[in-house]
Amino acid sequence: MKKRELRKDLKKYRLCYVMIAPYMLLFIFFVLVPILISFVFSFTDFNMVEFPPRFNGMNNYIRIFLEDDDFLIAIRNTLTLAVIIGPVSYFACLIMAWFINELGPALRAFLTFCFYAPTISGSLFVMWAFLFSGDQYGMLNSALMTLGISDEPQQWLTNTQTMLPIVIIVQIWMSFGSSFLSFIAGLQGIPRSLYEAGSIDGVRNRWQELFYLTLPSMGPQLLFGAVMQIAAAFSIGSTITSLMGYPTTDNAALTMLTYINDYGSMRYEMGYACALCFILFAMITIVHVVVERIIKKYASA
Amino acid sequence: MLLPFVYAILQSLKPLEEIFAYPPRFFVTNPSFDNYQMLSTLTDSLWVPFSRSVLNTVFVTVVGTILTIVLSSMAAFPFAKYNFPGSKFMFQLITRALLFVGPVTQLPRYLLMAKCGMINTYFALLGPAIAAPMGLFLLKNFMGQISTSMMEAAELDGAGMFGIWWRIVLPNVKPAILTLVILCFQSLWNLTGTSVIFDEKLKLLPTILEQVSTSGIAYSGAAAAASVILMIPPILVFIIVQSRVLETMAFAGIKE
Repeated sequence: MKKRELRKDLKKYRLCYVMIAPYMLLFIFFVLVPILISFVFSFTDFNMVEFPPRFNGMNNYIRIFLEDDDFLIAIRNTLTLAVIIGPVSYFACLIMAWFINELGPALRAFLTFCFYAPTISGSLFVMWAFLFSGDQYGMLNSALMTLGISDEPQQWLTNTQTMLPIVIIVQIWMSFGSSFLSFIAGLQGIPRSLYEAGSIDGVRNRWQELFYLTLPSMGPQLLFGAVMQIAAAFSIGSTITSLMGYPTTDNAALTMLTYINDYGSMRYEMGYACALCFILFAMITIVHVVVERIIKKYASA
Repeated sequence: MLLPFVYAILQSLKPLEEIFAYPPRFFVTNPSFDNYQMLSTLTDSLWVPFSRSVLNTVFVTVVGTILTIVLSSMAAFPFAKYNFPGSKFMFQLITRALLFVGPVTQLPRYLLMAKCGMINTYFALLGPAIAAPMGLFLLKNFMGQISTSMMEAAELDGAGMFGIWWRIVLPNVKPAILTLVILCFQSLWNLTGTSVIFDEKLKLLPTILEQVSTSGIAYSGAAAAASVILMIPPILVFIIVQSRVLETMAFAGIKE
């Protein structure tokens, strides 16, 4: 009986399958299968030289959790960065998108461009290296010394105290990317009639409008932004490597991503790198499930 | 926020002795276009004409952007609006894949593509770009907001699924489509493809510019000029497309 119903459904929705087929085929080949292969690798000692790799069961995972002290540093730094950068950048994108949307067309376009600029310029954050340069000619150092606040140049990029704060500043500065644009696009789709109805229902000020009308009707955009910001906040790595190099002083800025790159492309311990990747994936997934629940409770998505 | 652009432009106008001046300075004292001239001399000396790499990158960017939009929006529509068997499971897979960050999939993907003879073809660049789950996820979320009554009305008028997708769904998610154009264009334009494209004739613009300008410390000025030139198209696309996003004023009746 159930089988027959399924067959009927398959027939009824056959066009759906036709429409998703081209994308799904590409997705399976280029995304899904490579992830599954990495998952298999994570149970082997694959070193990119010896073929075929040998299975070693849970050895990689056991080594990570029981013997690897650097892993603990990487996890701690990754979580610290994600907990601060994730929420701050998410709400910064949201508030800025909302604020920009209230302005006149020309100013709105200009400000959108300004905020998105760090994302377009991509690798240009080397500029920050110039700002935080450790000698007395670095912009920050020379400013502090001219003002008499400090007597000697500070090693901003190699001092274990200042490294993570600098990563946080730079990362938030470049966080107005895809989720920022999706918030702006989402705000364009909210019908004016909603606000008119709201003012009749007693919505008095702009903040009430934001919390009772605007955000609840932006559920889909809020979910999209959350996914993008969570993934970004947990995968900070290239910023650190290009500003501070690898390895960083005392591993003070070691993150999961730089650690994975270390094993994957320097030590060629691919099996171990894959295992690290899946631990990171598990962390991201847990956070995502929780955040998704919260957003769905608040907004209709 | 515009500081990186200012910095890049100033850097590209600096003569060599100012780039390496110690102490380094932010501003340029003797601006000149020497770096741009040097870049053009360098690109003229390539044995594959420079224009070829420009064409390659334009081709990859335009074809990649169009295919991403068409295939992602075509797939996003059933996921957003129909409850067909397997839809929940497949969409979950796509969302989870979006959360999978990690450089470790590059190697298995390379091995797969090598097995299928895709190395040194643009399939190896376009395939992964189109299959990236971000676009589908963005469009599916926006499409979920389109009112079902509007679709039903179109159905009564005799529109099929493709008709509804083309005439009802796509116009109603225009801000999302335009946003995706910006994101796709930018990432495709900056593709280097160094891990899958080895044929000199097929190499992309960013790779060629990097090749010529990083071949010696004396070319640092040319490298700065190259980075400015590479940034111009994405900026233009962003300004043109984003202004159209902001133009689409909301009108009543799109949403439930």
